[in-house]
Amino acid sequence: VQLTVRDALNSAMDEEMERDESVFLMGEEVAQYDGAYKISRGLWKKWGDKRVIDTPITEYGFAGIAVGAAMAGLRPICEFMTFNFAMQACDHIINSGAKTFYMSAGNVAVPIVFRGPNGAAAGVAAQHSQCYGAWYSHCPGLKVVSPYSAEDCRGLMKAAIRDPDPVVFLENELMYGIPFEVTDEVKSKDFLIPLGKAKIERPGDRVTLVSHSKSVGTCLDAAKELSAQGVECEVINLRSLRPLDEESIIRSVMKTNHLITVEGGWPQSGVGAEICARIIESPAFDYLDAPVVRVTGADVPMPYTKSLEPLSLPQPSDVVLAVKKVLNIQ
Amino acid sequence: ASSSANFQLKPFKLHKLDESPDTEVTLNRDDALKYYREMVTIRRMEAAANALYKDKTVRGFCHLYSGQEAVAVGLENSIRKTDAVITAYRAHGWSWIRGVSMIGVLAELTGRRLGCARGKGGSMHMYNDNFFGGNGIVGAQVPLGAGIALAQKYRGTDGLTIALYGDGAANQGQVFEAYNMSKLWSLPVIYVCENNGYGMGTSAERAAASTDYYTRGDYIPGLWVDGMDVLATREATRFLADLCRKGKGPFVMEVATYRYHGHSMSDPGTSYRTRDEIQEVRQTRDPITSFKDKIISTDLVTIEELKDIDNKIKKEVDDAVAIARSEPEIGAEELYGDVYMI
Repeated sequence: VQLTVRDALNSAMDEEMERDESVFLMGEEVAQYDGAYKISRGLWKKWGDKRVIDTPITEYGFAGIAVGAAMAGLRPICEFMTFNFAMQACDHIINSGAKTFYMSAGNVAVPIVFRGPNGAAAGVAAQHSQCYGAWYSHCPGLKVVSPYSAEDCRGLMKAAIRDPDPVVFLENELMYGIPFEVTDEVKSKDFLIPLGKAKIERPGDRVTLVSHSKSVGTCLDAAKELSAQGVECEVINLRSLRPLDEESIIRSVMKTNHLITVEGGWPQSGVGAEICARIIESPAFDYLDAPVVRVTGADVPMPYTKSLEPLSLPQPSDVVLAVKKVLNIQ
Repeated sequence: ASSSANFQLKPFKLHKLDESPDTEVTLNRDDALKYYREMVTIRRMEAAANALYKDKTVRGFCHLYSGQEAVAVGLENSIRKTDAVITAYRAHGWSWIRGVSMIGVLAELTGRRLGCARGKGGSMHMYNDNFFGGNGIVGAQVPLGAGIALAQKYRGTDGLTIALYGDGAANQGQVFEAYNMSKLWSLPVIYVCENNGYGMGTSAERAAASTDYYTRGDYIPGLWVDGMDVLATREATRFLADLCRKGKGPFVMEVATYRYHGHSMSDPGTSYRTRDEIQEVRQTRDPITSFKDKIISTDLVTIEELKDIDNKIKKEVDDAVAIARSEPEIGAEELYGDVYMI
């Protein structure tokens, strides 16, 4: 059976709303418009004004209202039309969402999901093309999920909604329409993927490629090309950025002795930088046969220029090149 | 002694309200003693916090509520324990009146184990059932409060939320975002602007193009209240809470009050206002002294009864201070606790 990322997210929210009366969705255009990217398609018609709430264009305010509702025991899903707009709401995500459980010594929980598209879309220039994975994963108190496939989106979204802690759920606009083959298990109402666990998308023995979100697909494309040349890459889909499943990375690096990180975000203080540091600090360091290489978005605001946009994001050819460099092959 | 007495309140100012709360109110003896006890407790507790700060037992920020007692006491006595309150960083008095013990407040200030947040929150982060803090980001508690009200309405309760903020925070953009959404959705929230005249060292007039805070909800009905009179704050809250429970919310309530201390302990509070101004308020408008005069002159209570209350509170505060000083801090094993529930 095939399932698109959009339908995976939509069905996950729909089922969790059915399962738990306290789950509701709020954000810009989520109700009558059916969602700016149609992720909430049909939910307002099914669940009505109480459970699917259109907000005005006031991110700071409605993120605060969503967090307040969570503090009072509801389970809001707070949609940002894109995570670029969530910059206006960062205070409530971090100061109100992430820190309250700690500041109250466990007295006030904030069971909320902040979700929406993250990372670069196509042709939308600098203010609408940025990955916030590293930003949010920096913050204790938040759980940060960055799914790749339809399976990821279904299982992780359902787990995120049921989770008692604040979760930032980073989707990717360019993935919404992509269909993935899924099993019957993925379609089941209790299909959950634990937060904080990575998935090995493709086993291999020569080099470990660690990635999240759309870049996992970039890695898989590169791995396929390299396989034809007899080089088997192990592709790790992080699924969650916090907690970060360093065990899976360490285990893989001890097997392949080579590590490349791939992400759409910027290099400095990025997810790849964090993984490098963790590996250097881990027993896997002694197993490395070559320096780690980071493949990242270019260190520039995203250009609108059609020919420059792909130069700003990791392409399969960049990953292939990095693998060849690390393995010292032609 | 009389069992009750009538008092005339200063007129309320109305914004888009058809009716005013009563300006003639009745106070019974038990309530007179209760309000007096509560206001004096907060005053005493803050005096203790002041002393603990000055001897460096309290660290960091410490914003005292002295002068504003009639707000917390009047409001609390017109709502239910099942209603919710969220306030800003000037949270000690509110924490106590919302049910945190005196030791829970003072030991939180000293960062010790018996603090209501086990010492992890400090002055600005105290919580209890239906009391959501204690928020250190100016204005952030306003949309949070609207969200708590959303939850109350969502669940079909007749509960309401009081979201407090100062005259400084009243200029924050997110306050207006919260006004807008709560009006669109008819949320049961009363926004209470505690106008104490100064946002840190900037007087209301220097920070706000309109200092009529009770009108700044525009399309939200508002009420100006003498925040130095506990009977006025009680009556205004009773009036608005009734309307809120009938689905008429939200409302904006401006309470005109005053803070005797500086903004926080690092502010002597005298560079932007005169000592005479502070003295004048203490002598003519103090919420405790003026209330005391009222209830004695009407024979509701005797001076001896109030002295007895004063003495009991003094002892209670002294005992709590001793515990707040001597109690240990939590251990290093708790450093990583409470980041996540699971």
